[in-house]
Amino acid sequence: MEKANKDYKSIIQSEIEKNAKKRKIVNNIVTVILFGFVIIAIIPLVSILIDVFRNGVAAFNLNFLTLPPGSIGSSNGGIGPAIQGTFIIVGLASIIGVPVGVLAGVYLSEYASSSRFKKFAYFVRLFNDVMTGIPSVVIGIVGYITIVLTLGTFSIVAGAFALSIIMIPIVTRVTEETLKLVPNSLREAGYALGMAKWKVVWHIVIKGSKSGITTGVVLAMSRIAGETAPLIMTILGTSLFFHSLNSPVDALPLRIWRLASQPYPFAHQQGWGAALVLILIVLSLTIALRMISQKRGFQLSKGATI
Amino acid sequence: MDEKSRRLSVIKTIRSKSNESKFGDKFFKGLVIGCSIYTIAMVALVIYALSEGSLPIFLKEGFYFVIGTDWNPVEGSESFGALPYIIGTLVSSAIAMVIAVPISIGIAIFVNEMVKGRIGTLLSFIVELLAAVPSIVYGLWALFVFRFVILDYIEMPLYNALGDKLSIFGTAPFGLDVFTAGIVLAIMIIPIVSAISREVIRAVPDSQREAAYALGATRWEVVKTAILPYGKSGLLGASFLGLGRAIGETILVTMVIGNAVGMSAIPTSLFSPSQTLSSIIANEFNEASGALHLSALIGLGLVLFALTLLINVGAVFIVSRVTKSHSNLRD
Repeated sequence: MEKANKDYKSIIQSEIEKNAKKRKIVNNIVTVILFGFVIIAIIPLVSILIDVFRNGVAAFNLNFLTLPPGSIGSSNGGIGPAIQGTFIIVGLASIIGVPVGVLAGVYLSEYASSSRFKKFAYFVRLFNDVMTGIPSVVIGIVGYITIVLTLGTFSIVAGAFALSIIMIPIVTRVTEETLKLVPNSLREAGYALGMAKWKVVWHIVIKGSKSGITTGVVLAMSRIAGETAPLIMTILGTSLFFHSLNSPVDALPLRIWRLASQPYPFAHQQGWGAALVLILIVLSLTIALRMISQKRGFQLSKGATI
Repeated sequence: MDEKSRRLSVIKTIRSKSNESKFGDKFFKGLVIGCSIYTIAMVALVIYALSEGSLPIFLKEGFYFVIGTDWNPVEGSESFGALPYIIGTLVSSAIAMVIAVPISIGIAIFVNEMVKGRIGTLLSFIVELLAAVPSIVYGLWALFVFRFVILDYIEMPLYNALGDKLSIFGTAPFGLDVFTAGIVLAIMIIPIVSAISREVIRAVPDSQREAAYALGATRWEVVKTAILPYGKSGLLGASFLGLGRAIGETILVTMVIGNAVGMSAIPTSLFSPSQTLSSIIANEFNEASGALHLSALIGLGLVLFALTLLINVGAVFIVSRVTKSHSNLRD
């Protein structure tokens, strides 16, 4: 009797051990596969960075960065107007996008819940989500119809307007989520001192979450700096430097596209160079962003990465 | 100044200050509401501009514009149909999703559950750097470098081995086709989908994990039995957001999809060139030959807008339904 019992025990034990071994092996196999996925995702990044740097550095010199493009097919000129145009257009888009985005975010966080406009806040949020999802090429068409057709010319205003539509929902979302992190006790302290609501919002809530809002703004800027599609139908591209608000201008992404579609090796080399400049601008913004957000302990939420 | 008049003056200043702040309150509230209205107005403007701009083509072609396959911008014999580009858009995005979703969720699981701490953070930071690379740079790289890699190491072997047996490998590959576009799109959306998936997985309460560990589960079993079921709806939402991005992506697709027009833009195999809604808009917008051609391109923009709207709304709907059934389960 006792012996039989012992047998059962050892059988069960050995079964469990066998099973555990199998499960451990499965676990290890899956771990390796998942690690493989990470590697698969990292390879293109490394390849893109290496190729852009290797091919782009060859084009780099002072003339390349400052001169306007030469005539098509020639081997001189640079991307000066494109660099200048990118900075101006991102700046102009921010002039529209940042105040509107931040204030709409302030509304959603500070005013929406208390007022009788709950339905309205719901719609603002809904339309913001819709806006985030609009493809950028569609926004370009809208810029063309509303500004280019009205003014009768391709212009930097149309481009900046289109980019601001891309920018606003990003800034709004990040602002709203940042402001919600401000503890209520700070607001109450302000009210207890007899401050008006707008002063509480401005001096305590907004100023207290400056770094979070900056994060959203920088994120949106780095996003629109790389947009190409909306620029095709709004600023058109030119080989001249910026000279007035209502004439075509150039921008880096657009210039890269035009260079890549030319059949000349020199144009391709310049395209790589322009890509390097663009990547340097965007990546330095992104890394600066990481530093801001990590220093302040501010976590980018899922809305911010979209 | 006696006591009484001093009091009066204090009261006066307080009153004027409070009037001031009342005015400030009203003004500021008006300002933030105005900005909120502006954001709504922008969406309305998008819808209005697209409808107005595409009116001529819908008046001429009617519903045939959506299901037609012709694309003839020559003045006098114009005929426009959007179907090939709708198909091209869906096929290239589907290829991207098939590749990107498992990889992205796998990455999110790996960096959150398998290697916690600094290495996980570092790996996810590197993957998410990809999200910062502008799509035009992806396009340039895909056009000059990556397409030859795909052509030599994936497409040619597949075509040589299976080309005469399976029709989806039946076109002699050239490197600029719907397959390449799908793969590059996948590379582009992996960081986006994996970043959101990571948030979803991070939001799974530790008690779920601990319960599974307490039963003796291995790491993978914890993921399989506790984390994935719990985060199902969020992961689905992340995938749909990636799909929305893939469908709307323009410049990258334009550079590698081969830009076929009309009937030939309907892909007959993985390796045939195609065209998406957004890529044909980018290709032809500046060279539109007439008002009707331009209107047709704007019409394609409207179709694209409707498609992305459908997907986004669908995502919200599915996520809310899954979440609901989830909370029912918990009750």
